Amino acid sequence: MSDHKETFITKYIFSQDHKMIAKQYLITGIIMAVIGGLMSMLFRLQLAYPEQKFTILEAFLGKEGMTPDMYMGLVTIHGTIMVFFVLTAGLSGTFSNLLIPLQIGARDMASGFLNMLSYWLFFLSSVLMVISIFVHTGMASAGWTIYPPLSVLPQAMSGSGLGMDLWLISMAIFIAASLLGSLNYIVTVLNLRTKGMKMTRLPLTIWAFFITAIIGVVSFPVLLSAALLLIFDRSFGTSFYLSDIFIQGEVLHYQGGSPILFEHLFWFLGHPEVYIILLPALGIISEVIATNSRKPIFGYRAMIGSIMAIAFLSTIVWGHHMFVTGMNPFLGSVFTFTTLLIAIPSAVKAFNYITTLWKGNLQLNPGMLFSIGMVSVFISGGLTGLILGDSALDINVHDTMFVVAHFHLVMGVAALLGMFAGVYHWFPKMYGKMMNKNLGYLHFWTTIVTAYGVFYPMHFIGLAGLPRRYFNNTAFPLFDDLLEINIVITWFAIIGGLAQLIFLGNFFMSIFFGKKTVQNPWRSNTLEWTTPIEHFHGNWYGDIPEVHRWPYDYSKVDENGDYYQGEDFTPQTVPIREGEEEF
Amino acid sequence: MTAILYILVFTIIAIGSWQAVKIFGLLKSNEIATEKENNINGWLMLGIMAFLYSLMIFSFYKYSKVLLPQLAASEEGLHIDKLFKITFILIFIVQFITQFLIFYFTFKYRGKDKSYKATFLTDNHKLEFFWTIIPAIVFSGLIIYGLWTWNLVTDITNKEDNPIYIELYSKQFQWEARYAGKDNILGEANIRNIKGINTMGVDMSDKNSQDDKAVLHEIYLPKGRKVVFQIRSQDVIHSAYMPHFRAQMNCVPGMKTYMGFTPSVTTEEMRNNEDTKIKVTNINKIRAVNSKKLIANGEDALEPYIFDYLLLCNKICGSSHYSMQMKIVVVEESEYNKWIASKKTLAQVIN
Repeated sequence: MSDHKETFITKYIFSQDHKMIAKQYLITGIIMAVIGGLMSMLFRLQLAYPEQKFTILEAFLGKEGMTPDMYMGLVTIHGTIMVFFVLTAGLSGTFSNLLIPLQIGARDMASGFLNMLSYWLFFLSSVLMVISIFVHTGMASAGWTIYPPLSVLPQAMSGSGLGMDLWLISMAIFIAASLLGSLNYIVTVLNLRTKGMKMTRLPLTIWAFFITAIIGVVSFPVLLSAALLLIFDRSFGTSFYLSDIFIQGEVLHYQGGSPILFEHLFWFLGHPEVYIILLPALGIISEVIATNSRKPIFGYRAMIGSIMAIAFLSTIVWGHHMFVTGMNPFLGSVFTFTTLLIAIPSAVKAFNYITTLWKGNLQLNPGMLFSIGMVSVFISGGLTGLILGDSALDINVHDTMFVVAHFHLVMGVAALLGMFAGVYHWFPKMYGKMMNKNLGYLHFWTTIVTAYGVFYPMHFIGLAGLPRRYFNNTAFPLFDDLLEINIVITWFAIIGGLAQLIFLGNFFMSIFFGKKTVQNPWRSNTLEWTTPIEHFHGNWYGDIPEVHRWPYDYSKVDENGDYYQGEDFTPQTVPIREGEEEF
Repeated sequence: MTAILYILVFTIIAIGSWQAVKIFGLLKSNEIATEKENNINGWLMLGIMAFLYSLMIFSFYKYSKVLLPQLAASEEGLHIDKLFKITFILIFIVQFITQFLIFYFTFKYRGKDKSYKATFLTDNHKLEFFWTIIPAIVFSGLIIYGLWTWNLVTDITNKEDNPIYIELYSKQFQWEARYAGKDNILGEANIRNIKGINTMGVDMSDKNSQDDKAVLHEIYLPKGRKVVFQIRSQDVIHSAYMPHFRAQMNCVPGMKTYMGFTPSVTTEEMRNNEDTKIKVTNINKIRAVNSKKLIANGEDALEPYIFDYLLLCNKICGSSHYSMQMKIVVVEESEYNKWIASKKTLAQVIN
């Protein structure tokens, strides 16, 4: 496999090599993140300085400056891009592709062609999504949840015209891409593990990617069907989601549908989506924390059990997004029950990370700091889920800024920190170079401080009763006193946004000018560090190494108190010694 | 011109970051963290903990005055607030402890010299059992108490309450309301009946509709009497949100939704509430400053803010979503009766 001829096009563009595809996903994800991030800066400025006309932003906003329609469009596309294009495709796409074959000991994905197709469909959907921002009637602006009838009727909102069409087509293609990728991950993990790589010897990264792919396959098709029905309602006059509508002096023909149906279908993906984003990030930090603590991950089996429990429960909690849609209170009770259940495996995971740190020999490189930061943010954001998941308490904070603060911390910032941890940790594997560490530190410190600075005060705005997606909060006096908090938040956001330039600079400079890496820079146990530094299709010269132990034998000592191998790590390829106890 | 400015700014940033990378790149750094790096970052992690704690304390100290008045304005709201307080205290304790452990462990076990060995610890079933079972017990308690509260606040079928029925009707970007009138039954309605001043599409052939009373701009609620809202929408999904009463329900076109509560604090009483007074004074201070600016620009000053309950729209519904609201006035029942008697019935207005 390694000796076939590669041209520029097959190597860099239509590559079937999982490592190249991973890099393509990462770069596309970064570009989308920059777009989504810049959008958030624009609407944060609007929230902090609603009266101000920023002439300097005319190039982005046009002569009129920020209008309510544009504000809605920005929050909608910001959400869509960040949730799907950055934290789903950018995160899972990058690290599942890079790590699954390398860590299980396979030469490539089960189907290199499908993998390539998956990336290019994702690329196409990204291009369409970006184009949709610039259409004349405005970008899709019904919120990233695109609830009908708002998203169906151009009369209700100008963004529900061509912009919405492009949004839906883009998402349909995105889902196809995601499904191709997920199927490939599942098949690869099940079939292509190297000799000795039992399921119980898989690194937690692979477990997380594997289970994530299964959730994706289960739930994404439902969003696709929801989107298709929405397209029918929009373009072909069906009434799946609409009934009894009177708008602009006119009764529309729709009869018999229900917007609630859409909400159910949407959140059947929408909630598992949270875990599609989170689990890979948690998988990444499991690996990074264990490696840099020089200590096994605590409770490996409990971690796998928790991942599975979370995955299962995630598919039966979607109704907690709909407590105030008029659903039967009994049904609400059921969803409250399942939602609070999911807190148990999440708590177990958090405790396990903390215990992994305990009595470790922590090597605080940037990847490790981002991982620890993620645990902190995951807990801070996760805890407020106890309020939102409890139907009675949700009534008063539902759809307020409190929700925005909650999910940005628990899945937005947390997953982003996990993604950064992954980039810093596996950059040497991807590019054969080291990223600059001091810039990495600077990046971490500014990011964690500003992330908390943005989202911690935001809880208070929500508890004051301010609904989300408000163009400004001074239309009536009730929320006048929230402006000063909004200004604080916006400044933290701007500084946090600028801090990401450090990362971008570091990332792209290091690709070209970074210091050359050694084969196993973090002294890690997993298989990817047994491959040569330079990339070629097929991963290993000669035979694929055999695996003899689990991946977390860090600081393992024999009966004399000496390290096995004389080092504080024992790679998976090292055979079990006589008399040694295998985990 | 602006394009050139942008290119210039971009180039400066690019050059700047390149220089930064070069300068930092000169500092030699090992592959895994050095002892010095571990030390510095270990201490900085403690700094983060301090930052996080002070952010929490600062926010509570500085921002608690912007929160909704502590006193819920409905009987159901009092139950919700009690549950909220318990949950919040729990969250606060867990947050305090876990964050401490994360950052303290990071500091305490920051990498030391090579001779230090990390402890090889794979699992501990006793420990794991405890931290699975303890959250399970705590969450069970929360679930049971939460569901009890939920069933209490969502129960609108109890006839003994003798509730008043009111319809809330939403459209882009306005609220309307309809009182059930003497028979306390709301007449049938459908958007297909909308015509002229019958803006809610009430079916005037229904005998129950005749005594219904439509109101705009503000609704009155009696203190101490259960109110049940029937909620409709004519165009897109809205959400009827009354934060002071801890009440919210979506308005879904094509179907009716319901919610109910018993107002327990009149508007007048809420205006005299301590929390409300602090909040209102604060807002008026801000408005006074803004007024000065406006007057300097030759515009009219802002009117001083007087507290009122509001019904807000809390579901994205279009470009003026942010200004869609209606005033709610809670009064003693006798005053309410006077007010409702002064309104004309639909039969008088439409026919």
